[in-house]
Amino acid sequence: MPVLIKDRSMVTPGETIAEGEYMLGSNVFRKEKQIISQVIGLVTIKDNHISVVSLKGKYFPRVGDLVIGKVTDVSLSSWIVDIESPYPGIIRTSSSLDRRFDPVKDDTRKIFDVGDIVVSKIFSFDRTRDPQLTLRNDNRSQSGPYLGKLTGGRVIKVSPSKIPRLIGRRGSMISTIKQYTNCRMIVGQNGCVWFKGNNFEDEFLVLQAIEKIDREAHTSGLTDRVKEFLEEMVKDRKPPTKTPKEEKPAEKKPAGEKKA
Amino acid sequence: MAKEKEKTVLITKDGTRHDGRKKEDIREIKFEVGVLDRADGSCLINWGRNKILAAVYGPRELHPKHMQMPDKALIRCEYRMATFSVPERKRPAPNRREREISKILGEALKPAVFDYLYPRSVIDVFIEVIQADGGSRCAAVCAASLAIADAGVPMKDLVAGCAAGILDGQVVLDLDDVEDKEGDGDLPFAYLPHTEEVVLLQSDGIFSQKEYKEALDMLIPASKKIYQMQRDALTNRYSRITEKVIETLDKEKTPAKSKEKKTEPAKKDSKKKADDKKDKEPAAEKAEKKKSGKRILGKKKTSPKEKAEKK
Repeated sequence: MPVLIKDRSMVTPGETIAEGEYMLGSNVFRKEKQIISQVIGLVTIKDNHISVVSLKGKYFPRVGDLVIGKVTDVSLSSWIVDIESPYPGIIRTSSSLDRRFDPVKDDTRKIFDVGDIVVSKIFSFDRTRDPQLTLRNDNRSQSGPYLGKLTGGRVIKVSPSKIPRLIGRRGSMISTIKQYTNCRMIVGQNGCVWFKGNNFEDEFLVLQAIEKIDREAHTSGLTDRVKEFLEEMVKDRKPPTKTPKEEKPAEKKPAGEKKA
Repeated sequence: MAKEKEKTVLITKDGTRHDGRKKEDIREIKFEVGVLDRADGSCLINWGRNKILAAVYGPRELHPKHMQMPDKALIRCEYRMATFSVPERKRPAPNRREREISKILGEALKPAVFDYLYPRSVIDVFIEVIQADGGSRCAAVCAASLAIADAGVPMKDLVAGCAAGILDGQVVLDLDDVEDKEGDGDLPFAYLPHTEEVVLLQSDGIFSQKEYKEALDMLIPASKKIYQMQRDALTNRYSRITEKVIETLDKEKTPAKSKEKKTEPAKKDSKKKADDKKDKEPAAEKAEKKKSGKRILGKKKTSPKEKAEKK
């Protein structure tokens, strides 16, 4: 049972990783006794479990994922959402709204219109049907993440394989960014990241941080470096944030200047 | 015509061809992966004087809907030649030859792709010949398979191909345009080197059994050679990334208890990288940062520039 490729090295599609009895993980297939990679990626071997972490690729929907998408079509009782995957997401009023919805009296367009950004959860998906999205959390009594329309803010797209890095271990990376920038952030598993800050500067800082993570997603100690980076950036512009003592005036001030 | 044919000596008795190659020499090949920003995967191939660009989009939603297949993805391949790709201007409308090559290339790529993983979707492959000089379909299939791999689509293997032909009764490898037009036969060939499946085999001209065998004996090693180049091109694109990931995984593997020991080298590392970063950043940008303390608006205006500078 020889392993031909070293753990954590790069493989190309069609490259034999090992020969013999191994458990197959993601992105590998078996041909007779050979274990072969399907994608360009990095080999992970744990005991006798072999998988390949893909370096690129589209988002493939999974039940339970939080996704951010853009409404592309509205019908009488549902919306079609582009979630950056090969399949369009569908939100039905029946599985999303907490009140009764009568397609005759009520208007779906008043809830979401084409072009709106919506954060939702995938609650059913299989090979034969498009992913169904919901705006309800599993446990209605318990508060889950916010689901629904996102007003204002910005959305940027990151490769879905880099999302775990952006969130960090137990959300360490994301909370670091939030802490330094005072921005609200929502990360979709499909690679879309929404953020909204009090002013342009904060948002720009988030953007820079995300771009940095995107670029350096593979390096070690990234959380520390992002922290360092944000600290430096925040330090440099502390004076203006100090003069207006509360946050709200700080928000208004640049807006006023913008007009002027 | 007869006179012209006499003029160009395609191959001498000692086996030297009109461009100085030997019988089993292939032209110089260079792959560049990931050349297009907006495509999911892309590849530019320079094969002799051939220049071919392949772009892959998808897997994505397929319209019209009746083309969707409930059990697998459609591989939609389009091979086009630019009007300026050949000496005489080619009319821009797709002609019979282009349609034929589109079809056979799609069929050559299909066995290599795990199409059942993305049912009801489409993988679009666009192949644009910028400059043609014989053997463009084999070059195109090589480039297209790399572009698909670059898009992150699961594949059984890369597709490697080459052509063989007959010049004055001698079997030779990798015909160029002149040899293709004036030679006695052309045998384009593509296969999956790992699984040893032939996915493309066409024949123009008459090959005797012996010649056909001889051609195949040359084509298979040549394809394997090309396959190696493809793999190198693909890994080259991602090699930097790999080194870094290995670093990361190393760190994650060490248990949390040894964190104290680990932090020191880590700090050094991060400092080093921070220094590198500082070097990269122009001094002007730093000055701007300081200025921005006084003027919010000023900072705002410079920010796009900063971005551009970094890029």
